[in-house]
Amino acid sequence: MASLLALENFKVRYGAVEAVRGINLDIRKGEVVALLGANGAGKSSTMNGIAGLEPVAEGRVLFDGQDITDLPPEEIPVSGLTLSPEGRRVFSTLTVEDNLRMGAYGVRDGAVIDAARKRVFSLFPILAKRQGQYAGTLSGGQQQMLAIGRALMCNPRLLLLDEPSLGLAPLIVEQVFGLIATLRDQGVTIFLVEQNVAGALTIADRAYLMSSGQITRHVTADEMRTSGSMVESYLGSQ
Amino acid sequence: MGANDIDLILQQTVNAVALGGTYALLALGLAVVFSIMGLINFAHGELMTIAGYVLMYCGIAGVPFVLGVPLAVASAMLAAMAMERVAFRPVRNASGATLLVTSFAVAMILQVLFQNLISPRSQPVIVPDLLGHSITIGGLVIGVNKLFAIAATLVMLVALETFMTRQKHGIAMRAAAEDFAIARLMGIRANTVIAAAFALSGLLAGVAAVLWVSQRASVDPLMGFTPVLKAFIAAILGGLGSLRGAVAGGFVLGFIEVLLAAFLPSDWQEFREPIGLSLVVLMLVLRPNGLIPAATLQAQKA
Repeated sequence: MASLLALENFKVRYGAVEAVRGINLDIRKGEVVALLGANGAGKSSTMNGIAGLEPVAEGRVLFDGQDITDLPPEEIPVSGLTLSPEGRRVFSTLTVEDNLRMGAYGVRDGAVIDAARKRVFSLFPILAKRQGQYAGTLSGGQQQMLAIGRALMCNPRLLLLDEPSLGLAPLIVEQVFGLIATLRDQGVTIFLVEQNVAGALTIADRAYLMSSGQITRHVTADEMRTSGSMVESYLGSQ
Repeated sequence: MGANDIDLILQQTVNAVALGGTYALLALGLAVVFSIMGLINFAHGELMTIAGYVLMYCGIAGVPFVLGVPLAVASAMLAAMAMERVAFRPVRNASGATLLVTSFAVAMILQVLFQNLISPRSQPVIVPDLLGHSITIGGLVIGVNKLFAIAATLVMLVALETFMTRQKHGIAMRAAAEDFAIARLMGIRANTVIAAAFALSGLLAGVAAVLWVSQRASVDPLMGFTPVLKAFIAAILGGLGSLRGAVAGGFVLGFIEVLLAAFLPSDWQEFREPIGLSLVVLMLVLRPNGLIPAATLQAQKA
């Protein structure tokens, strides 16, 4: 299958600190791929670099064969890739409805926006009930649903999820992972950063393990099936 | 309290709303730009002055006031966008101090240009006689220019509120004010939203300039300085970067100034400004983040 996202010798720097030190990976259409590792391993920097929130210091980001390395962040969602960022970062002073509207900012066709909103509301019925409410008044779990819903409003072909389960109650975490599976079944390719390794491994087709800014291990689909617990213990030992 | 006292209070209330409204428009202009890019634009006053000079030249050229007003407002908008493009875009990601100093430089360059290319002295501006008239409602004598100021302020505030809460681009400006990076991630263009913020601030400065000039019928190179300093105080009082706060701060400051001028004993009148500012400081001691703090500030605290 064709590669949807490829990183080649991808580096992200903060001043003199190299957070991501030249990684290579690729994600194929229809896959759910997890990026796992300890805090400070460079997972979020990788996500932010791909989405354009942080400049890519070196290397290339190829999305569907197109080089998007130096695109400003506002042009990346138009190309079909979007990020639900770490910490949710919904617009707390905007209503739920307006947050979703902003998610579809680059979409011109009103009918497409309506269809996207319907899809988000069918995935998250609670958001439909809270449409007029300010996002800042939602619970953490609802804000996470809104962050994912907002990202889905531009009908991305590739969805980057940065720590979607962070800080959520166990029951809500289960819902979020269930949702990721649903999205995959709907044909959305997902690249996921998670600290909840066990949860991520239940839904991921493949995983990359990251440590000190480098990919230290690639767990293939076959290995996932046979030795998921090995990955857990590998990460646990770090 | 006699009927005369009530009349006096109502009279001063009208004055305070008229003055406070002008401060509110200016403070809003400062707040719109600050909320988006963290710049306190001291050259905002020069946008007023530009609009004032356009009104003056329109009068000299025989352009009717009703046409001069939109021209003046449009010139302030264009000047604001040009200012952003030429002076502020190159330093956009610099520190707040760099942005502030840049805005001082822009203000001073423009002031010197006005002094040398137009005149260092105050120039008369032709305003319609109607604005000098007053009408009597009950026992109240209200200047037409005051009514004009109040009406214009109301129209601007309602229009801005509608734009910011109903229009896609207004909502995008609020989103960018709260979290600029994430707004860009949604596909909201940084250049567009910043240019729009400056255009909006220019629009507000232009309208404020028309109201200011309508009261005074003159314009000078430093015309914008004092009202914008007041608007800056109003914006801080309201909560810097908060749009509702800027409006509240503008009106509160207008009321403080007008009521002190009207009711402070004559021996004390020369201390009016320091007393007024002390009241502002007192309010800030009680509410350090302003009357209606900006959301981003609340988020940082949480």
